[in-house]
Amino acid sequence: MSEHAEHSADLNTVEQPEHPAEHPGYGTFIKVWVALLILTAGLVGMSHVSQTYAVWGLLTMTPLKAGLVFYFFMHLKYEGPLLKIVILVTLGTLLIFFALLFSDVAFH
Amino acid sequence: MSEHVHRDDFGARLGMWLFLVTEIVLFGGLFIGYSYMRYKYPMEFHHGGAELNATLGVINTVVLLTSSLTVVLAIVAIQRAEKKRAMAFLGTTLALGLTFLVIKSFEWAAKFHHGLYPNAPHLATLPPGEQVFFGLYFTMTGLHGLHVIVGLSLLSVMLWWVATDRIRADRYIHLENSGLYWHLVDVIWIFLLPLFYLAA
Repeated sequence: MSEHAEHSADLNTVEQPEHPAEHPGYGTFIKVWVALLILTAGLVGMSHVSQTYAVWGLLTMTPLKAGLVFYFFMHLKYEGPLLKIVILVTLGTLLIFFALLFSDVAFH
Repeated sequence: MSEHVHRDDFGARLGMWLFLVTEIVLFGGLFIGYSYMRYKYPMEFHHGGAELNATLGVINTVVLLTSSLTVVLAIVAIQRAEKKRAMAFLGTTLALGLTFLVIKSFEWAAKFHHGLYPNAPHLATLPPGEQVFFGLYFTMTGLHGLHVIVGLSLLSVMLWWVATDRIRADRYIHLENSGLYWHLVDVIWIFLLPLFYLAA
């Protein structure tokens, strides 16, 4: 019975977000989108300066852009630790593969 | 009273993320292969990058970033029970995704016209490093393009489900998961832009 009561309580609050803090509005995402466009412009700009700048742009701005999409658009900011750990373990695994390959290349 | 329906939205998202993790590893392997080949053939990758149309690459980046925004805005709209607005945002996403594919097809058509396509006779006359560059270019942008087509198919179903109230303010996990897939497709493109189009 209590489950049923909880369910109807949910239906009553549907119009209002259940946890306002967990449901960001339109503004947050539009700001992130603007930041992504600015970073893209920065990346393109740096690639025109010199090869060194292009590589630094690639190594800094690209992961930053991906991070913004993961954190905000993919709602990781609003998720618990489990999903974050799953993704960090994946990225860590790729990094280990990357390091192993280049440690092999370096000693050829 | 209807019978109790078991629902686990977090479980559904976790399942989607576990699938996305396999996608990250799939593309991650290709990115690692790319870095080794670029390390081995820096000049050839520079020349290969110069053959690509950076303007089209940047336009497509803006198109995909904007389509990611409209998906996430569609979720905000559905959370607020603004059905029409959610449908408008999803429709915009579909239009942007199609725009991406049209631009991509023009770009590939131009490459084919210049004798640059997998197993092309002209490609065989290029230095090995450039052959590797174009091999990776067609593999990675092609695999990404397939993901765009899958994402668009999923989001078309989501638009249909919003229109028929199968996705509502109190039940929108399918839209969230399709959105996650679309954002991952966007993230992959974020990496493809500097690695190929800005490589020169």
